[in-house]
Amino acid sequence: MTPRQLILATIRRSLAVTGTEATRGLEVAARVIRHPPGVVPERGQRLPAERLDLFARMVKAAAGTVERAGDPTDIPAAVAAFLRAHNLPLAIRRGDDPLLSSVPWERAGTLEIRLGASDGNDLAAISHAFAAVAETGTLVLTSGPDNPTTLNFLPDVHIVVVSASDVVSDFETAMARLRGRFGAGVMPRAVNMITGPSRSADIEQTLILGAHGPRRLHVIVVGEP
Amino acid sequence: MVDLAPHTATSPWFKDNARTALADAELQNALKFVEANFIARRREVAGQLPEFELLRDSARDIRDHTLAHLDLYLAAYEKRVVEHGGHVHYAVTGEDAQRIVLGICRKLGARTVTKGKSMVAEEIGLNDFLEAHGVIPVETDLGEYIVQLRQEMPSHIIAPAVHLTKAQIESEFRRVHTHLPRDRNLAEPTSLLAEARAVLREKFLTADVGITGANFLVAETGTSVIVTNEGNGDLTQTLPRAHIVLASIEKLVPTLEDLSQLLRVLARSATGQEMSVYTTLSTGPRRPDDPDGPAEYHVVLLDNGRSSMLGGAFRDMLRCIRCGACMNHCPIYHAVGGHAYGWVYSGPMGAVLTPSLIGIDRAGHLPNASTFCGRCEEVCPVRIPLPRMMRSWREREFEQHLSPATVRSGLAFWAFFAKRPRLYGIATAAAARLLGFVGRRWGRFAWLPLASGWTRHRDFPAPQGATFQAQWKSAERGRLARSYVSSAGGQSGKGTGGTDGRDRRAPGPPP
Repeated sequence: MTPRQLILATIRRSLAVTGTEATRGLEVAARVIRHPPGVVPERGQRLPAERLDLFARMVKAAAGTVERAGDPTDIPAAVAAFLRAHNLPLAIRRGDDPLLSSVPWERAGTLEIRLGASDGNDLAAISHAFAAVAETGTLVLTSGPDNPTTLNFLPDVHIVVVSASDVVSDFETAMARLRGRFGAGVMPRAVNMITGPSRSADIEQTLILGAHGPRRLHVIVVGEP
Repeated sequence: MVDLAPHTATSPWFKDNARTALADAELQNALKFVEANFIARRREVAGQLPEFELLRDSARDIRDHTLAHLDLYLAAYEKRVVEHGGHVHYAVTGEDAQRIVLGICRKLGARTVTKGKSMVAEEIGLNDFLEAHGVIPVETDLGEYIVQLRQEMPSHIIAPAVHLTKAQIESEFRRVHTHLPRDRNLAEPTSLLAEARAVLREKFLTADVGITGANFLVAETGTSVIVTNEGNGDLTQTLPRAHIVLASIEKLVPTLEDLSQLLRVLARSATGQEMSVYTTLSTGPRRPDDPDGPAEYHVVLLDNGRSSMLGGAFRDMLRCIRCGACMNHCPIYHAVGGHAYGWVYSGPMGAVLTPSLIGIDRAGHLPNASTFCGRCEEVCPVRIPLPRMMRSWREREFEQHLSPATVRSGLAFWAFFAKRPRLYGIATAAAARLLGFVGRRWGRFAWLPLASGWTRHRDFPAPQGATFQAQWKSAERGRLARSYVSSAGGQSGKGTGGTDGRDRRAPGPPP
């Protein structure tokens, strides 16, 4: 017997099943196909404008910062202003994301744009979130050439752009969107759900920001819901 | 380096460990933070979510459903991992898992591995094994890094260095980070963290393999999930050439929706956060056009006795999602800390799980280290009946004649009277009267025959008046008399509004 067979056989003996019962198989298949939602908190179930307010409040509660931008063309100025306000060099790294590529970066003057994954030598990076969850102020980012995963973790400052229409009420809606975008049972290599900047409380339970990941997380919500 | 393999567990010496812990002033200082912080934070954040109790029910049901169909969900999960280009390895024992991990490292010619926090890695003693075979493991969670430097075990499943004070951590950093200026200021926790960040950043960027645990595995998509606050787990799994996920088989959940339910109770129960900072869903290796991420993705599924636990009295323990709420709320844990438990898992969940994994003959003290106050079960996000299971272990210990002779003869002595209620009443009344008479002057005893275990640490109060049973009986007689009088006066004794009616439904003494 292979280790796999041995483990499965022991599980089946413990459960007193054979593993071939049609009812069990159907129950499992149905659950995966139907993926019932369970208990979804009321908290996020609001009209779009209020949902955005809740999202902003929850991001701030998690020690992040939020600003609104009317239009993607406002992003370069917002980024430059944020970097200046925190005494950071005017340089930022981004991926091939269509939204971030379409932005008129030249309008931000001397802002240096670096492309591609980070090697650890960037102080700031910008990503475009796939979605955001108002319930907890959580950003949902997907890996790939558009938004490399290293940008989420290596730089000191992470700026994340999210379209107002992508801010959803709850995790279940975000999961449904993932399924819609990538297909049932299919996922990108990494889905990063990010709630605030990195932190640790391992020293006498004193909360300190900026453990191994970004020390600051700034969210720019673009457009109207 | 300390050997974490089960055969070196110090659980058999729990009592000595506990005595040492109670006398350790620095440990006692550090432990104050557990009680002060974790409990208040959890209460606050649970109170902010009206659906929290319903979510706990939902979480329990999801875990139960998954366990009842574990063979099928494992097969479904494996299929999806492979479809996404990952590899699944099954390990029956801890040694099997060690060999599989080493095999992957050797194939890649790996010299150093970074590690995200993994209790399963602690369970199988992975660090020592890798080091003995020429692969250098570097823990990257701040707390795990600190305990690795000190060659200790984590003392808490989510806060590994919770037993240490800031001063102890500072002196450890000064001892190990000798390349840094000796006169640097490390007085503040922020400077300690900044130093660890700088030291570990180098390790992240140069490691060949990254090993993480998994909080959950999702059958629907073949996804492994890690939940962290520091971001170390993500750097561990993103930067090296290969990512190895080390997970025990019960970590499965069916779907992304089920995952969402469990995430809602996990962080709230653990650290009292709405969400941990980083919840990462990993599925397979780097895709052809991905600019980053590991080229290889391996999952090592560890059984180590869990498939057998599914069929026994401790199956509910497999619902555990390792949040640590039970130990955060445990008066025993607050008093002695995690190391006293002698192995990887501590607190109430350790008291139930450790005997299953290393044997009741060696971990028998752990389920006895409980006051049965019930707080662990009250806060468990998946409602594991921890006190009941500790009692089951005590029964087994008794049945297998593992309890000490004094306990057995004491229980036999007590049982003799307990089985004869009338004699019990007479004997206790006589004893109470005798003790009350002897102790009438001081009202307490500093020493009593056969009770030195109690009186060594505190005085025994002298009984005053009648025994509980006698008092209960006379109160009951009084109530019956009153109720008779009021019924005779024309009032209904059955109404819920009448105090008499309520009185009669008051809980009686245990049968």
